[in-house]
Amino acid sequence: MSSNSFVYNEQSGGGEAAELGQEATATISPAGAFGLFSSDLKKNEDLKQMLESSKDSAKLDAMKRIVGMIAKGKNASELFPAVVKNVASKNIEIKKLVYVYLVRYAEEQQDLALLSISTFQRALKDPNQLIRASALRVLSSIRVPIIVPIMMLAIKEASADLSPYVRKNAAHAIQKLYSLDPEQKEMLIEVIEKLLRDKSTLVAGSVVMAFEEVCPDRIDLIHKNYRKLCNLLVDVEEWGQVVIIHMLTRYARTQFVSPWKEDGGLEDNEKSFYESDDEQKEKTDRRKKPYAMDPDHRLLIRNTKPLLQSRNAAVVMAVAQLYWHISPKSETGIISKSLVRLLRSNREVQYIVLQNIATMSIQRKGIFEPYLKSFYVRSTDPTMIKTLKLEILTNLANEANISTLLREFQTYVKSQDKQFAAATIQTIGRCAANISEVADTCLNGLVCLLSNRDEIVVAESVVVIKKLLQMQPAQHGEIIKHMGKLLDSITVPVARASILWLIGENCERVPKIAPDVLRKMAKSFTSEDDLVKLQILNLGAKLYLTNSKQTKLLTQYVLNLGKYDQNYDIRDRTRFIRQLIVPNEKSGALSKYAKKIFLAQKPAPLLESPFKDREHFQLGTLSHTLNIKASGYLELSNWPEVAPDPSVRNVEVIELAKEWTPAGKAKKENPSKKFYSESEEEEDSSDSGSDSESESGSESGDDGASSEDTSEDSEDSSNEQESENGSVAEDKAATKRNPETKGESDSEDGEKKNKKSQTSDSSNVESSSIEESSSESESQSENESESRKVTKEKEKKLKQDRISLTKDVSLLDLDDCHSAAHG
Amino acid sequence: MVEKKMIHSLFLINCSGDIFLEKHWKSVVSQSVCDYFFEAQEKAADVENVPPVISTPHHYLISIYRDKLFFVSVIQTEVPPLFVIEFLHRVADTFQDYFGECSEAAIKDNVVIVYELLEEMLDNGFPLATESNILKELIKPPTILRSVVNSITGSSNVGDTLPTGQLSNIPWRRAGVKYTNNEAYFDVIEEIDAIIDKSGSTVFAEIQGVIDACIKLSGMPDLSLSFMNPRLLDDVSFHPCIRFKRWESERVLSFIPPDGNFRLISYRVSSQNLVAIPVYVKHSISFKENSSCGRFDITIGPKQNMGKTIEGITVTVHMPKVVLNMSLTPAQGSYTFDPVTKVLTWDVGKITPQKLPSLKGLVNLQSGAPKPEENPSLNIQFKIQQLAISGLKVNRLDMYGEKYKPFKGVKYVTKAGKFQVRT
Repeated sequence: MSSNSFVYNEQSGGGEAAELGQEATATISPAGAFGLFSSDLKKNEDLKQMLESSKDSAKLDAMKRIVGMIAKGKNASELFPAVVKNVASKNIEIKKLVYVYLVRYAEEQQDLALLSISTFQRALKDPNQLIRASALRVLSSIRVPIIVPIMMLAIKEASADLSPYVRKNAAHAIQKLYSLDPEQKEMLIEVIEKLLRDKSTLVAGSVVMAFEEVCPDRIDLIHKNYRKLCNLLVDVEEWGQVVIIHMLTRYARTQFVSPWKEDGGLEDNEKSFYESDDEQKEKTDRRKKPYAMDPDHRLLIRNTKPLLQSRNAAVVMAVAQLYWHISPKSETGIISKSLVRLLRSNREVQYIVLQNIATMSIQRKGIFEPYLKSFYVRSTDPTMIKTLKLEILTNLANEANISTLLREFQTYVKSQDKQFAAATIQTIGRCAANISEVADTCLNGLVCLLSNRDEIVVAESVVVIKKLLQMQPAQHGEIIKHMGKLLDSITVPVARASILWLIGENCERVPKIAPDVLRKMAKSFTSEDDLVKLQILNLGAKLYLTNSKQTKLLTQYVLNLGKYDQNYDIRDRTRFIRQLIVPNEKSGALSKYAKKIFLAQKPAPLLESPFKDREHFQLGTLSHTLNIKASGYLELSNWPEVAPDPSVRNVEVIELAKEWTPAGKAKKENPSKKFYSESEEEEDSSDSGSDSESESGSESGDDGASSEDTSEDSEDSSNEQESENGSVAEDKAATKRNPETKGESDSEDGEKKNKKSQTSDSSNVESSSIEESSSESESQSENESESRKVTKEKEKKLKQDRISLTKDVSLLDLDDCHSAAHG
Repeated sequence: MVEKKMIHSLFLINCSGDIFLEKHWKSVVSQSVCDYFFEAQEKAADVENVPPVISTPHHYLISIYRDKLFFVSVIQTEVPPLFVIEFLHRVADTFQDYFGECSEAAIKDNVVIVYELLEEMLDNGFPLATESNILKELIKPPTILRSVVNSITGSSNVGDTLPTGQLSNIPWRRAGVKYTNNEAYFDVIEEIDAIIDKSGSTVFAEIQGVIDACIKLSGMPDLSLSFMNPRLLDDVSFHPCIRFKRWESERVLSFIPPDGNFRLISYRVSSQNLVAIPVYVKHSISFKENSSCGRFDITIGPKQNMGKTIEGITVTVHMPKVVLNMSLTPAQGSYTFDPVTKVLTWDVGKITPQKLPSLKGLVNLQSGAPKPEENPSLNIQFKIQQLAISGLKVNRLDMYGEKYKPFKGVKYVTKAGKFQVRT
């Protein structure tokens, strides 16, 4: 054991040396590792023997110990030959651990790693989807350039696999191959294109991830899949949702025109909208304006809304940033409630969410104002959370709530956490500067703090008062005098410097005190901090110019001290000031203007939120959190002036005929809505359902279309609005159904299968879609694996029944046509 | 070429700064990258203040602090930080779920399972399987019995059941669940977050609730849970199993549950409703000027407790740094004062209205030091059984899709959340 730990130390040491240059690939050269291990032969010898043993239990034991070594960061590379032999082991656990080992060391032992490849190739053909998937995963994780063609082939095959789980793994493998060999980009894009068409919710997130890594600029690949992605979104797993939402945000910013032109400052609208986002109102609202939102734009905004209720903070944040960046300003308000909810989460989530709220609250106070109290600070919050909350409270402060806030701040100022107390004082300063009504109140409060017992509090108050006085210097002689007295007691350099500066600036207003202060300072000059020394020099110069009779000698004395100071900044300043103010024959034209130079009106500092400069980053990103552009950050583009051709998103020509013959806005929007709210529920049936619609639309012309519109309307409302009769009735019916179906099949699931087989049966008979139906019967369970399938089945079943009753023929036709499009 | 991927590597670090586990999803990143983390940790006043996101010359480090452990992940490119943070917490949750605790010892004892889990949870830096039910199908959690059997027979945690290759129809539920006793329990747990000011008036109060479920039902049950007063729920977040549209249209929670324990919903009760505050605190804490002692006197009493007993009361006070020691007399319960952390904990128990619990006595201050500027806040914990303080009530639970009659139960409890009294 001891020798082992020695090796471990060595390794990390070696790593450190390589670190600065190349952290990422700080691998230890195998030769070196061998050398180190030679002293350790005995130890690993027994592992080798165990691996050669005929007993699985011994092998497993050995592998477990080896994985333990890897986990601790110890080097186990010399065992490679012994381990790789077991890659074909029948025992699943041994196999899995061998995989773990291979992925870790294959890069270092490329030749030997090749021995394992044929095993994976065989496993790729295994009837078990889990084995196929894991084989692909390991094969694509072995970073050995020579197998690139094999990987490419495997990915291509896997992307056509019947199992969505395997296809998901194929999407992951794309990224791995791409980073191993960027040359493969074109071929990989083909696979991405194919997988983007995939309808499984399991695949969607992973392939969009691959898209983002390999070809984020190929926005054209998204067009045809845009609507599908919007509709699948609710059912995609949470991690995929985040990736898709971020991608679609970027997409929307390139494809739609800005919805912000008209309703820029209409914050009042928020409330009413938020209460009732019924389509009706929206429509009438919109008709007044020349701007009409692209239905696809609306689709995205609408379909992401439910995700604000996700349990996953990353999803909620993703939707929030989407609303922030692409929804009309009047609709952004709904995100605040969900973001505030996240503040109940752990400190890390709070930290990120508060940062984002801080940025948002600068631009849009209104949306967070109702939650003001949720940002109140608790003494148990970590300091970083406290200061962020304080930042938000400051941003939210206005005439109406400032008195409540100031009362709250009083508690904070007394906090035992002095860093936080200091931040509160800054905050009070900012409130005073921004809200003129309370400027005096704040100033008085701060002056009271000058007699606080804690030096940090006093110092911070001085600094803030200085800034405030600079804004309205005239009427505050008393405060300045008070601060002059503080010089005797206060020791914090910044505060001393601030007081000196203030007295210098206002030396004509406090003619009696200023020279006396200079006298005291001249005495203590040598022991002051550099910061303070500079201000003493400044004070001297200003007094010399305004009151040279009293202070000439004093100033010269100070200048002499400065001349021989150890700090060159101070010597510099001294020289400069002497030349400028003390008249002699060499002094140039400038000295005439010395007074103007020193006593010029200085612009008051702007007390701004430190979050102001983060606005340009997309919210929710790493770059926003760090306030630096992280590598790989994709800039959010500005809205285009003119929207690019929206028809690129149309999937079939038939729809085009229907969707783009709008007889008014209502019609234009509703068809697309129905179209998608259907397909959200169930891939196969929805496709047939929606397709049937468009089909019949094109068949029967305008009449058909308008009659459908009405039925759509009713369905829409049941979907979208609360407690609509339609859905209640439907549900009752569904409940009634249950006992009936129970007879045939015990579960909801069974009910579903039933339904499924009906459709697939009929399509078998009616259509020639062999591929579709075969895949359905073969992997029925897989097809159904999407999350909410079963869930919505109950609600949807009736609807579909209705459709299938009325449009039996067209439904089947379309099933056919749909599979043909895919075959 | 920049290697893009979400999570590159993960390091687990204990409180004394030892890196006791590392896992890389691609090329190996040297442990020394953690030095930047240690640097940030040193700068921070305490563990709670270590920034979750750190930028280093070649990487970004995103970390969480859970159960006295740091989970430090190495990132190379732009990624939503919450994505990583949520994932790391999910990893910690999974450890907790598998080993009963998320501790260094548990992780070290089960290092092979940990590795297998990490392998399944993340592929190429992107989350693959994070649902506990799916993971348990792939990797069996350790049990004492199994480890004994394993050590004798040499079999393992990865079940032989795996080759069936059947993934469940629903991502969060195992296929083929079977119980002899079918039960469904729901715990409605509400927490009162409040800030009470010096004078006893409420600065801020709100109710946050969760419904935790423990479902042991065979097959594929389809449940719907309805409330008497669903309008109380202002803001709700759901487990992915819940059908969003059913909720939107009918305010019914309709779902096919995961097997076992899970959080069904979290909610916030609308802020229009006044929050009943079940306890009040009378306090008088004072420090004398130029003297090395102070007085401390607090009394707790019931306020709006809806006729239920308030129990499990604990008061925690972070005393100012100048406090050396406290000599107090509790009328009820017991107290401790830690002179190092300056934390006073008073374990009160339950309130009996006849004799209100109080704690009084003297505070010894460091002599010569200025008296504390502010009195410390009191953090109060309590519990009220069989009461949801918001008044939320479950109406009924129906099950579809299975024939058997399950045993159903709902339990209510109200607790103090972040309940702080300023003095």
